[in-house]
Amino acid sequence: MNIQVKINGKNVKSEIDADLLLIDYLRDNGCLSVKRGCETSNCGLCTVLMNGKPVLSCSVLAARADGSEIYTLEGLQKEAEEFGTFVANQGAEQCGFCNPGFIMNVIAMLRENENPTDDEIKEYLAGNLCRCSGYEGQFRAIKNFLAQRGAK
Amino acid sequence: MDTKFVNKPIMKKDAMALVMGKPVYLDDVAPKDCLIVKVLRSPHANAIVEEVKKDVALKVPNIECIYTWEDVPQNRFTMAGQTYPEPSPYDRLILDKHVRYVGDPVAIVAGSDEKSVDKALKMIKVKYKVLEPILDFRKSKDNDILVHPEESWKSLCPVGADNKRNLCASETCGNGDVEKVLSECDIVLERTYHTKANQQAMMETFRTYCYIDTYGRLNVLSSTQIVFHARRILSTALGIPKSKIRVTKPRIGGGFGAKQTLVAEIFPAFVTWKTGKPSKMIFTREESQIASTPRHEMEVTVRVGATKEGIIKAVDLYTLSNTGAYGEHGPTTVGLSGHKSIPLYGKVEAFKFAYDVVYSNVMSAGAYRGYGATQGIFALESAVNELSAKLGIDPVKIREMNMVREGDTMPAYYNETTNSCALDRCLEKAKNMINWNEKYPYKDMGNGKVRSVGVAMAMQGSGISNVDVGSATIKVDDDGLYTLLIGSADMGTGCDTILAQIAAESLECDIDNITVLAADTDSSPYDSGSYASSTTYVTGKAVCNACEKLIDIMKEEGAKALGLSVDEVDFDGKRVFGKDKEISTAELAVKSQCGTKTALEVTVSHSSPISPPPFMVGMVEIELDKETGHIDIIDYVAVVDCGTPINTNLARVQVEGGLGQGIGMALFEDVQYSEKGRMYNNSFMQYKLPARNDVGTLRVEFENSYEQTGPYGAKSIGEIVINTPSPALAHAVYNATGVYIHELPITPEKIVMGMIKNEN
Repeated sequence: MNIQVKINGKNVKSEIDADLLLIDYLRDNGCLSVKRGCETSNCGLCTVLMNGKPVLSCSVLAARADGSEIYTLEGLQKEAEEFGTFVANQGAEQCGFCNPGFIMNVIAMLRENENPTDDEIKEYLAGNLCRCSGYEGQFRAIKNFLAQRGAK
Repeated sequence: MDTKFVNKPIMKKDAMALVMGKPVYLDDVAPKDCLIVKVLRSPHANAIVEEVKKDVALKVPNIECIYTWEDVPQNRFTMAGQTYPEPSPYDRLILDKHVRYVGDPVAIVAGSDEKSVDKALKMIKVKYKVLEPILDFRKSKDNDILVHPEESWKSLCPVGADNKRNLCASETCGNGDVEKVLSECDIVLERTYHTKANQQAMMETFRTYCYIDTYGRLNVLSSTQIVFHARRILSTALGIPKSKIRVTKPRIGGGFGAKQTLVAEIFPAFVTWKTGKPSKMIFTREESQIASTPRHEMEVTVRVGATKEGIIKAVDLYTLSNTGAYGEHGPTTVGLSGHKSIPLYGKVEAFKFAYDVVYSNVMSAGAYRGYGATQGIFALESAVNELSAKLGIDPVKIREMNMVREGDTMPAYYNETTNSCALDRCLEKAKNMINWNEKYPYKDMGNGKVRSVGVAMAMQGSGISNVDVGSATIKVDDDGLYTLLIGSADMGTGCDTILAQIAAESLECDIDNITVLAADTDSSPYDSGSYASSTTYVTGKAVCNACEKLIDIMKEEGAKALGLSVDEVDFDGKRVFGKDKEISTAELAVKSQCGTKTALEVTVSHSSPISPPPFMVGMVEIELDKETGHIDIIDYVAVVDCGTPINTNLARVQVEGGLGQGIGMALFEDVQYSEKGRMYNNSFMQYKLPARNDVGTLRVEFENSYEQTGPYGAKSIGEIVINTPSPALAHAVYNATGVYIHELPITPEKIVMGMIKNEN
């Protein structure tokens, strides 16, 4: 079947199999930041923005993205660098494999809620697993980022 | 310490690439058009493959090849990444006629696309002779059913292995007359504790890409912690010379010991070697859960003897370890359950430590952070906490009276002396941070909830003494910059950066002047690999020593250029100088490229006769709902002595990450099998990892000691940090409810059932 998707601001027309998953479609189209961690929508690594909302691309058919606008970290490099620097300053990126999905969801969270409370942060990001960091360093990064942004 | 780069929060050299999602991992760099390799796995826990019909499957379009046990070499090997001769028995074939757990590979299928390979997998027809399995490891030793009856099984080291008894290893050791000392004690407490086969669950599953290079050599790019061991194991398994194999790694999405064993490598390596075509294998999460190498399940029985005043005088510890279908890391992990728990208690006059490691028909175990110490420490620290309760003595006081201190000799730790030990300061600080004296043992909140605290101490090692080798090559490049070549594998821990910090400190230059090239068997100097908490301590010292030697060479060359003798010149990081003359490192580099016979380069190997333990104390405060048994972690305090933390940020995150994994082990993570040996917990839906709302607040502090034999006083940090949550949480649950949980994980069901039992 044929679909048309706007990936990171560019219109892409493709012929795809009906059972192709969005994650594989995006990786085939060069969005290699999108990672697969579990296949059962438990880990959050494959998070992308679909029409502005975070979705788990391992659990969405590419066909369903027809006509929609998708953003991956490749299309949000400025935001990734801005917030990512705070993660890196904690050493909390560690192996890095969960970082793109985590940072996508942080971007989504901050678009919905500019000043989340500690509990709101933990709840919004509860589906983004990280096996390396114990989450504290990621939390410090978010808090420092919010504090710096607030000071501006 | 007056330093510029050591003991500083330096950003990891690869950090920005990682946070910006750059394509640096295996499946990002492997070409799209290589063969896809998958394996057909056994549905039976114990069976003989009588016939494999692959003719129909071979007719599926785009299928390149299908291999079965008849096609592979018949040399047994171990997949454990260990120094040769490996203590782990040689009990594997690439494919075996005898399959020994649900998930054991039966056939390898390679094809040009994933769908075709999946289709072919379904079309292979296998006839099995199904045998009765051994699923309860307590029944394994001397059972009539043998997991490895084959004559070709072999053990290279004297570890007490005997395949005709289902024994992967067996030993007894000790010091003093433990029975006599126990008989003289006022109290002897005996308890048995059971820990499960936890998954490392790194976010990137096992994966490998292989191709044949210009010289006809097999190139293996893999997500591995052990490039050199991987080369040797592949050479043994494939029956080809090591000179024909090169192993490298890209960025690794976590390891935690899982990638200290070959898991994915062997299959694409075999396919590429046979077909000459590039291939890759990417494990699914389900495969990683059911067919990898998790923590050894252990049952540890402890007898602790003490005076009524609380002096611990004797420890008798027996560990039964379940290595599963194959013996990877079986003989070695078990040793740590005693050797890295008993030495925590410095007043022990006699100890005995015995163990059996048995085969069974479940997934093989392997290396996971903590490597047996975690299991032993859960048992011994829990026993000491139960002993304190019996004696009516504060468990922190018991530890203050008994803990090992700097300068003590540790008979249970190969008679090593603690040259650096701040365990006493760790305990004191942790006690103050959590406000132990006020909070112990519990506080009833009046709403059906109780708040309580728990404590545990821990130790580990720093590398394997007299075995692990770390090497560093450092050379001067154009402009006086340096390239540091190392064989250790950065798996996210940051060792590329940590070793560069050590080099920059030693060479008195900026860290950006150090380029790191790591983990390539063709170009790296030999390194055992990144495991056993060795990289900072062992390879870090090699870097120190290499830099010192390089400075000597630069001084010699500089002196020559300046027309001075070596003792007339000095080096300050930028130049060699003396008697009002100087030559910069950049100018030395230029000279080294024209008409010279001296290389501005040096390689140093290092190995340590001792393995200095890091120490730590963990204390936890929980809130427990007495009606449901639900636990919330309120506060987790950890104080660590890792000698000098080389990178203060990365050391802190190591601790926090280890606590997170330890909390998962303690409260959630379970591996369970059906009565036919099929694993229930085969996805992250059934195998619950802690999320960020499960771990509470983790507070980490350091109490530094200075380890003279380590680089800038450093010891290890990577593994010890997983050891305290299980015993500390079990203790807190006891203080809240009076129920001592002896089997992990500590679930609400177990707590409530225990409370009901106590009431009756």
